[in-house]
Amino acid sequence: MARNVSFRRKLVVTALAWAIGLLIFFPILWTIITSFKSEGDAIALPPKFLFFDWTLENYGVVQERSDYLRFAMNSVMLALGSTFFALVIAIPSAWAMAFAPGKRTKDLLMWMLSTKMMPPVGALIPVYLIFRDFGLLDTRGGIIAVLMLLNLPIIIWMLYTYFKEIPGEILEASRMDGASLGKELLYVLTPMAIPGIASTLLLNIILAWNEAFWTLALTTKDAAPLTQFIASYSSPEGLFWAKLSAASTMAIAPILVLGWFAQKQLVRGLTFGAVK
Amino acid sequence: MGTISLKNARKAFGDVVIIPGASLDIKNGEFVVFVGPSGCGKSTLLRMIAGLEDLTSGAILIDGKDMTEEAPSKRGLSMVFQSYALYPHMSVRGNISFGLKMAGMPKNEIEAKVAKAAATLNLTEYLDRKPRQLSGGQRQRVAIGRAIVRNPEGFLFDEPLSNLDAALRVNMRLEIMQMHKDLGATMVYVTHDQVEAMTMADRIVVLNRGNIEQVGSPLELYNRPDSLFVAGFIGSPKMNLISGKPAEKYDAQTIGIRPEHLGISLKDGTWPAKISLAEHLGADTYLHVDAGPCGMMTVRAAGEYDAAPDAKIFLTPEPDRIHRFDGDGKAIRK
Ligand SMILES: Nc1ncnc2c1ncn2[C@@H]1O[C@H](COP(=O)(O)OP(=O)(O)OP(=O)(O)O)[C@@H](O)[C@H]1O
Ligand SMILES: [Mg+2]
Repeated sequence: MARNVSFRRKLVVTALAWAIGLLIFFPILWTIITSFKSEGDAIALPPKFLFFDWTLENYGVVQERSDYLRFAMNSVMLALGSTFFALVIAIPSAWAMAFAPGKRTKDLLMWMLSTKMMPPVGALIPVYLIFRDFGLLDTRGGIIAVLMLLNLPIIIWMLYTYFKEIPGEILEASRMDGASLGKELLYVLTPMAIPGIASTLLLNIILAWNEAFWTLALTTKDAAPLTQFIASYSSPEGLFWAKLSAASTMAIAPILVLGWFAQKQLVRGLTFGAVK
Repeated sequence: MGTISLKNARKAFGDVVIIPGASLDIKNGEFVVFVGPSGCGKSTLLRMIAGLEDLTSGAILIDGKDMTEEAPSKRGLSMVFQSYALYPHMSVRGNISFGLKMAGMPKNEIEAKVAKAAATLNLTEYLDRKPRQLSGGQRQRVAIGRAIVRNPEGFLFDEPLSNLDAALRVNMRLEIMQMHKDLGATMVYVTHDQVEAMTMADRIVVLNRGNIEQVGSPLELYNRPDSLFVAGFIGSPKMNLISGKPAEKYDAQTIGIRPEHLGISLKDGTWPAKISLAEHLGADTYLHVDAGPCGMMTVRAAGEYDAAPDAKIFLTPEPDRIHRFDGDGKAIRK
């Protein structure tokens, strides 16, 4: 039943929501706007908001100076690769935890989550040394492995909560019907959990795409994703705000578009179980 | 063929013993019903037979072969779950054919079998629907269809009708009985429902806290309960159990007499009683009476018994219908 909400209240709430939304979005908006300014306008004080000479020159320079497509390709490979392998491991793991829990399953889940509380920099040196010694530095395979391990706890947690909602009897019915474990996962569990798996997949792609700490530390050129592309505009030659903004805009555009189209799925996924 | 034997089958979850050790031989083609109070382990026992629950110790033989360690699908049994457990993302056709697909049966053969099962169960026009587009009764049929297409040696039912309304339940009960007659397969059926147990079973297995209390045909259990537990459990309305002075007269700790085995008279009889409540069911009237030292009793009077509240009546038990029990609740036989 719709509650009776007075017009004034609606107005206030709407305005508040917009204000918060804009506040959160403002840095991104500012970055996008700056990317269309000349370097002079970009550092002008007071800042120019809309009234300046809009120009595309930054994009031209950025494209000329560095090969956007190569970085973007790496980002895509890393995001998709790490997500794919994470799901391959996480689906059976979450299945086991949800449908065949042992005494310590809850502890195991907590422990996995607790690894996310550790500051990543604490593991930087060991991981770096392992990468160096195994020749994994700046390789796609190595980064995919790190990103996968990084997000695995969250993925398993999310899938675990989705799987918990699925009645175990349906899986048992498939076992009575003669499905092997693999077929049970493939033909029964996975299709039933598609909405949950889809949101997990999307979230993981976004997390992997945006991951900067490890990708910056462990790549230089061959496996460098868009985070490196952005970073390359920040340091050595001094700061070029407009070009940096153009590079950032180009780096986040694909994931922004993906997020926009998938927002329904994402919201549904992240609130799954909370609202029924 | 479809014999099922439990050899001292035991089940414990951690330290909690659910089934202390059950032994039972089910004959080929037999219809066996498990009854017992909620939580006594009926489902657990059924799931042990199915292979969905491991045994802690003991063995399960199907067709004389030891299947204790065998996967559920290798046991040649089908199961119908209380919740139906249909695959929600598959059509009715997909649900019914899933087992055949898993068995690697050729496509045209699968189609023929599905068509036949659907026709038997009146599901033909729903084959392309999803389970959520079906009524409860139709879902139940799909669950049964899924069980019968594989042509199993035996069927396991876990309270399959408990989610249906009364009228549909009667219908489905008759259909399952007909199916049992047609297929001649062994069936093990768990239920709460007295009527289902009495009407469907060749043999009833009464469970109490994981122990098999008694096994017998419905009328055996009704006429000759081995224990107080079985006496109180089988029959509806429940048997009147009387202990103390009135029981001592019969050389027993407790005596039991069913509501339908009490004669009513206004003039004289064994036990005087006062009517406190009458339930009119049309064909019968259940009188709840206060019988003094015997306590509260239920009496079944045929037809429309005209009972004034607080009216005095006399009750006389049919002498050969009195069940006698000793201090341990075991039946005393003459
Ligand atoms: N996985 C489990 N872990 C621990 N205890 C369990 C488990 N499954 C069942 N039990 C316990 O075993 C006992 C028997 O359960 P079961 O489901 O077999 O009862 P039931 O006779 O089928 O009851 P109902 O008529 O209510 O369905 C219950 O006390 C239940 O709490
Ligand atoms: Mg049960």
